[in-house]
Amino acid sequence: MPLPRRGVLTGWGSFPIAESDIYRPEKIAELAAVVTSNSTSVIARGAGRAYGDAALNGGNRVVDMQRLSRMLAFDSESGLLRCEAGVTIGEIIDVFLRRGFFPPVVPGTQFVTLGGSVAADVHGKSHHRDSSLGNHVTSIDLMLASGEVRRCSREENSDLFWATVGGMGLTGTILEVELRLRRVESAWFDGEISMAANIDEAIETFERTERQYGYSVAWIDCAGTRGSLGRSIVNLGNVASRQSLPPPLRQEPFKVPPRMHPTVPFNLPSFALSSLGIKTFNTAYYAMHRAGPKLFDYQTFFFPLDAIRKWNRIYGTRGFLQYQCVWPLSESRAGLIETLEAIARWGGGSFLTVLKKFGPQDGMLSFPMPGYTLALDFPITRELMEFLDRLDEMVVKRGGRVYLAKDARLRPEVFRAMYPKAGRWLEIKRGVDPENRFSSNLARRIGLPGGE
Amino acid sequence: MQRLLILGATSPIARSLAMRFATEGASLFLAARDLAEVERLASDITVRTGARAVSGVFDAAEFYFHATFFEKAVAELGGLDGMIVCFGTLGDETAAQVDPEKALAILNQNFTGAVSLITLAARHLEQQKSGFIIAIGSVAGERGRPKNYVYGSAKAALATFLQGLRGRMARAGVHVMTVKLGTVDTRMTWGRESPLTVAPEAAADSIYGAWKRGAEVVFVPWFWQPIMGIIKLIPESIFRRVNI
Repeated sequence: MPLPRRGVLTGWGSFPIAESDIYRPEKIAELAAVVTSNSTSVIARGAGRAYGDAALNGGNRVVDMQRLSRMLAFDSESGLLRCEAGVTIGEIIDVFLRRGFFPPVVPGTQFVTLGGSVAADVHGKSHHRDSSLGNHVTSIDLMLASGEVRRCSREENSDLFWATVGGMGLTGTILEVELRLRRVESAWFDGEISMAANIDEAIETFERTERQYGYSVAWIDCAGTRGSLGRSIVNLGNVASRQSLPPPLRQEPFKVPPRMHPTVPFNLPSFALSSLGIKTFNTAYYAMHRAGPKLFDYQTFFFPLDAIRKWNRIYGTRGFLQYQCVWPLSESRAGLIETLEAIARWGGGSFLTVLKKFGPQDGMLSFPMPGYTLALDFPITRELMEFLDRLDEMVVKRGGRVYLAKDARLRPEVFRAMYPKAGRWLEIKRGVDPENRFSSNLARRIGLPGGE
Repeated sequence: MQRLLILGATSPIARSLAMRFATEGASLFLAARDLAEVERLASDITVRTGARAVSGVFDAAEFYFHATFFEKAVAELGGLDGMIVCFGTLGDETAAQVDPEKALAILNQNFTGAVSLITLAARHLEQQKSGFIIAIGSVAGERGRPKNYVYGSAKAALATFLQGLRGRMARAGVHVMTVKLGTVDTRMTWGRESPLTVAPEAAADSIYGAWKRGAEVVFVPWFWQPIMGIIKLIPESIFRRVNI
């Protein structure tokens, strides 16, 4: 069996931290040796881009999957790509965009692994049209606790498939994923920027444009209050057809301008993100934008934060928490107003606040549901935990839920109230992993599997 | 178009090197001990680059099979323009220092196996009067140390072998390059990283660059050359007392 490295890990939010034996297999047999060894529990970890404790396993074992990153088959007729779990979304774009294919769903960063993306069932700006990544996954090879590799899909072991998509790595270790890439004519997005003076205008913009635009997202200025509560910049777009590109770009439609990649060199001091700093930034950012048509390259459109490497360091060593919640459609407006008002009253402020409309969704532990989702991030302070507990109560009351891939503090009873299919998920989990060999800090914290 | 045989292809450095050559349009025969792994790698290279990559199995210590294996690989490629030797293993040094069988196994994986396969390739390339051989050695071969002298001596022997071969092959226009590799971030060094550890992709880039400019001996990363230069100068009596 390969040797571990004893090390301290955190998620992207730098909170919490956990010490584990970390393995990094370079071959399938090495992975199997780690998974099947009669030792402590194990969780797979991709690029470490989950914000909280999903890929931590304090006192237990973590398997870094990044070296199992081989692309195994591609069919240019169907767009079906089979790869190992450690391949990143960015690698898929690098290899396939110039051939006219793009991942069907991309999250806000391209530095995530495919295995992690399936385990978190990530969504993107096109959820209202495309649903989450799992909707485009055709099959998964899952390594079970016994070392057996089980193929699951909609047809074969379908329960295990839907428990694994969004299952946070707890049904087994995702070894291979097959997904259908989308055919695109260019690397550009033809769209517009729309300014919304308040939350009702923002919602109205999403509703009005959802058929017209496949991709939509709004950035909310959290400094707005009362009549301008929820004022936001709505980005809308579709993949640009080759013909619609300006002539100079038409020659090489898959070529985009190179990006500068400044890196945040060290953890910034905590006052950098004081509530005053957050509000100033938000007000200025809102004032910088004007409504109108716009052509975006895919990196600016999908991955604005990827331009700044290690941007999580702006929050300093204390780290930050992401809080992303969703409400059912009928409760969304009230939920949004209630939450934005609560944040304004609380005064702490969220640095980046993002609003998006979700469409239909499958999966047992997948986060999305038809309705509106709000993503917030907060530098960690003493008062924050208590405040987020209050937000949880408000979300549960309206039948909503929070996103496990970003979570670091949800309580077990709240989790169960938010995820009604957790019971069904647990039955499947117990069936494939009766000894609970796959576990993580997240799993233990929210009580998966938990004694009943 | 280059036709290349890569031995020990499943190592992370070999993978990156193979990808570099494949991106430039080379067609590859990838060989390693584990067929399932090398097949995955071949698929990976073909999917990513569109290059032709076929796979085969060999074991450095199974000398009797080397000639047949080599002929098969050359036939499969339709000729040979270069061979890259990436296999080698640290083995269990502690056990090898007291068990001759284990010591010899390390020598076979790092030296005699390489000699056998390189000799076959050298003969082929010498006759055709063109081509190249790249072999990956180690800075551990620069000076014997109590910690890894079995492995180190095999790599030292490999370097000397290549040095002589280079002289002979130069007359036939065949390029022989020795890579003296420092610590690279692979399973060999996992858990023992130092500030001097580099990513396999970076190491492969340096090796590819050195090959492109026709280097004969290259330290990867470059800073190991001055480091080992100094370490070699330390007198034996002092070296014994410092625990390097």
